[in-house]
Amino acid sequence: MGKIWRVSGPLVIADEMKGSQVYEIVEIGKAGLVGEITGLDGDKAIIQAHEDTLGLKVGDKVEGTGRILSVELGPGIVGSIYDGLQKSLLTLVEESGSFIKRGVKALALDRNKKWHFTPTVKAGDILGVGSIIGTVPETSIIEHRIMVPPGFKGTIREIHEGDYTVDETVAWLEYEGKVSELTLKQEWPVRKPRPYEQRLAPSGLLATGMRVMDYMFPLALGGKAAIPGGFGTGKTVALQQLAKWAQTHLNIYVGCGERGNEMSDVLYSFRKLKDPNTGELLQDKEIFIANTSNMPVVAREASIFVGITVAEYFRDMGYDVLLIADSTSRWAEAMREMGGRLEEMPGEEGFPSYLGSRLSSFYERAGMVECLGRPERKGSVTVIGAVSPPGADFSEPVTQNTLRIVDALYSLDVSLANKRHFPTINWLTSYSLYTDAVGDWWNGVYPEWANTRTAALKILQQEAELEEIVRLVGPEALPEGDKLLLLVARMLREDFLQQSAYHEIDAYCAPLKAGLMITTIMKFYELAREMLNSGIRVEEIRSSPMVYKISRMKDISNELFEQKAKELWQEMEQELAADKGGVL
Amino acid sequence: MSFSSLYIKEGRAIRKAKGALLIVESIPGVEFNEIVDVQLGNGEIKRGQAIDIGEEAIVIQVFGGVSEVDLIDSKVRFKGETLKLPVSIDMLGRFFNGMGEPIDGGPPIIPDNYMEVNGEPMNPAARQPPAEFIETGISVIDGLNALVRGQKLPIFSGAGLPHNRIAAQIIRQATVKGEAGKFALVFAAIGISYDEASFFMKNLEGTGALERTVAFINTASDPVIERISTPRMALTAADYMAWEQDMHVLVILTDMTNYCEALRELSSMREEIPSRRGYPGYMYTDLATIYERAGRLMGKEGSITIMPILTMPDDDITHPIPDLTGYITEGQIVLSRNLERKGIYLPIDVFLSLSRMMKEGIGPGKTRDDHNNVFMQSYAAYSEGCYLREISTIIGAESLSERDKVYLTFADEFERKFVSQGEFEKRKVEDTLDIAWSLFSMLPERDLRLISEEFVRKYLPKGESGSP
Ligand SMILES: Nc1ncnc2c1ncn2[C@@H]1O[C@H](COP(=O)(O)OP(=O)(O)OP(=O)(O)O)[C@@H](O)[C@H]1O
Ligand SMILES: [Mg+2]
Repeated sequence: MGKIWRVSGPLVIADEMKGSQVYEIVEIGKAGLVGEITGLDGDKAIIQAHEDTLGLKVGDKVEGTGRILSVELGPGIVGSIYDGLQKSLLTLVEESGSFIKRGVKALALDRNKKWHFTPTVKAGDILGVGSIIGTVPETSIIEHRIMVPPGFKGTIREIHEGDYTVDETVAWLEYEGKVSELTLKQEWPVRKPRPYEQRLAPSGLLATGMRVMDYMFPLALGGKAAIPGGFGTGKTVALQQLAKWAQTHLNIYVGCGERGNEMSDVLYSFRKLKDPNTGELLQDKEIFIANTSNMPVVAREASIFVGITVAEYFRDMGYDVLLIADSTSRWAEAMREMGGRLEEMPGEEGFPSYLGSRLSSFYERAGMVECLGRPERKGSVTVIGAVSPPGADFSEPVTQNTLRIVDALYSLDVSLANKRHFPTINWLTSYSLYTDAVGDWWNGVYPEWANTRTAALKILQQEAELEEIVRLVGPEALPEGDKLLLLVARMLREDFLQQSAYHEIDAYCAPLKAGLMITTIMKFYELAREMLNSGIRVEEIRSSPMVYKISRMKDISNELFEQKAKELWQEMEQELAADKGGVL
Repeated sequence: MSFSSLYIKEGRAIRKAKGALLIVESIPGVEFNEIVDVQLGNGEIKRGQAIDIGEEAIVIQVFGGVSEVDLIDSKVRFKGETLKLPVSIDMLGRFFNGMGEPIDGGPPIIPDNYMEVNGEPMNPAARQPPAEFIETGISVIDGLNALVRGQKLPIFSGAGLPHNRIAAQIIRQATVKGEAGKFALVFAAIGISYDEASFFMKNLEGTGALERTVAFINTASDPVIERISTPRMALTAADYMAWEQDMHVLVILTDMTNYCEALRELSSMREEIPSRRGYPGYMYTDLATIYERAGRLMGKEGSITIMPILTMPDDDITHPIPDLTGYITEGQIVLSRNLERKGIYLPIDVFLSLSRMMKEGIGPGKTRDDHNNVFMQSYAAYSEGCYLREISTIIGAESLSERDKVYLTFADEFERKFVSQGEFEKRKVEDTLDIAWSLFSMLPERDLRLISEEFVRKYLPKGESGSP
């Protein structure tokens, strides 16, 4: 047991700490505040306190726990709301009311609740690490698959169906004469990636229901993406959309150093909203980690690792998991703040020199893998992180370091936000390196995807070039062909790319509907070009009722859309027949 | 009072003074963030706080105006308590300084409680999402940037722009439909001029609001270091009024730019590694611990709504002060020098302003069913008009098409009829929406694509519509 030698904000230095290890969890002072050792210097331990250090005194005791920062993994985790250290926030409300008091403990998993366990293996079976021994119906959506934890293997001696708490033994595993007891729960240190059999390339679309993502800049299962943008450009709304509609088995939403009201909004709405895939309540496939901006900054640093570790655990069961981090900039700032207190040599803009490697130690845990153990299965963790660049200037260190790691970029644009073009994903500067990885997926759903996508992006590119001319000579001075292109580009922007998160129907757009929508606009372009050739002016084409009808496509439901699109195409061919000669 | 205060700890051996910081020989038993009395060489006593404690030395931050010279022969006395504000319902109608001491000549507050000025973080799982519309009677705010109870919505202003008049108008006019409720205003003046501070107080006279106001005043001539505590004192009073007295509290903090400057000054005294433009790397977190005290809680009647005012240095919205604020608050009302030059009151920049909690506060039963559609269509049409205005400055309005000319006029009329409003004119939200509809009737009906057909039939003024 050591004692406090110095306190400066969240930094505590303790003396007489011989025998401690880096990353060990310690308890500080009478209140037993939790902290983590981040460095050792002779007998002194450098500790980052996870709670407010107000009132600590020099000489107060500091006790090592022998544990390193770990998460509890087991049934009861889905639907939970945790702080950055996996304390249950609902338990904290019960224990200490509306405000978070210091030193209050709240376990991640309920110790009293009984779960129904059904074995999928029997006595005598020989199992390796990661093998599934049985299942627990955790929520209406998630079947919790109980696995042999890393570090264990052998022959099942006994295993029983029944109702168990997370601490009770459900199976006995024997290896070289030594018997281990397996429970529904396991632990894992957060800073260490969980093992897998083999890494696979990301593949298949992580369908989000957001057209500009799914169609233009697709994200693959197991991929890693960043969404940088100035304040108010729509990062949080986009990420919340993903948490609502992404076609995954499970989502983990890490609110890292952001707003409390946003978290409560998500918590509230997910208790009522239904998952479009299963029809069950969304909260049955979500895990929330909320370490808001006013909560201790050291726990903010931990929250991202807690999130990714939980994600890996569900990946290991064979699930497709999406991890959402809002915002990785606040995470990086937590590192900067802690580094600054330690008087470390700073890198760019005061960030620690290990910023880049820390960011990649997080993003690199994304991936599609072949899981350990039996039965054979694949699982994936897809990661998407918000970045909040100061002054919306992407040349700053966090954005730049992130861009070196991720393979998809959704770059949000302040000027689009000012025009209320949402989502503000800029179609000229965003990219995805997963277009090949999702090719097969799209071929199965809408084979025209690749062609229409390329054609549409080209029109938008041409629009940007023409825009410069328009600013010099005005729109009316352009040749008719260019005017038509501008009209179509505008339709692509307003009637396809724009998608309100608050629109009753349009908030979620099925991939097939997205394909049919863009095809409709391209068909319009084709017919209109023929009209131009037969001498009809763009001014007339612009006021065609078809333009209005296309703009209303968003109001048509996903289910009815295929039928309606066919009708629209027929009508278009009649209305926009070039030989009708301008009777619009 | 805590037990340890009976054993007052005293120290003399002051090793070094630097700005408002004092480094003293370590004294056993001193608590982190404990409050200290510093007796200066001339006998005067100042308050301070232990911001770094160690076996070798203690660093004390001294409040009030002190020079290094004053500190040289000073003594320190530790009080065994952290910074607290005595609170009571009798604070209403009273004036305090940035340390929470009465400055109105009235009697001291007989405290109901002593509250820690830093507060405690609200548990996100205990929050209740804000959803009650506050009608300010101002079209640009109610129509396009609606404010709700429990929100934090700042005004980003520039030197010489009428942010104070706007804030005063909001205070005078704000109401919540169908509810009297218990209301309190907490006003914190942070480094503003005495005239500005008294402008607010005058504005409240006769409205009945003054009796329901707690004011914390740190003017330009008061100690800079107390600007750090002023907003915290204000929020602590707000905490008490909202969570212990069930009141709906509106907190005005002006000018937060002065707060940030004080933070920068303190940080450089502490020789910390600066981040952008010399501001400390923890400024985001520091501001968040102030602004996140806004909100609503489950099972509690009261609420805290915060409206900070800040001036953007050089009118630059990317400057770290407005930038970090925007990253924390739930939107922002941005004032525009351009509109001000055109003589428009309220000169609110429609594109840069945003209320993120708006969607929860508007719609049927709250404002009106067409509100969201009107809001979106207004933006689309006004932004098209402004874009064409920009182009037409180069190519001349005459070279625009007839349709485009309509949008150009729309933008002008929108500024003239919707954005412009009298300083003492209070518009009902329905009137605000109707003004928008009368402007929409200038546009071709087919262009109203962001409004459902049902609302077009219901609200579009008949007979005066533009081209079909
Ligand atoms: N897809 C969308 N549909 C409709 N409105 C949107 C959409 N995305 C963003 N908005 C609007 O923009 C506002 C700001 O979005 P959001 O809160 O997501 O920004 P942010 O990038 O997370 O900002 P910050 O960095 O400050 O947290 C929202 O409150 C909403 O009004
Ligand atoms: Mg956000």
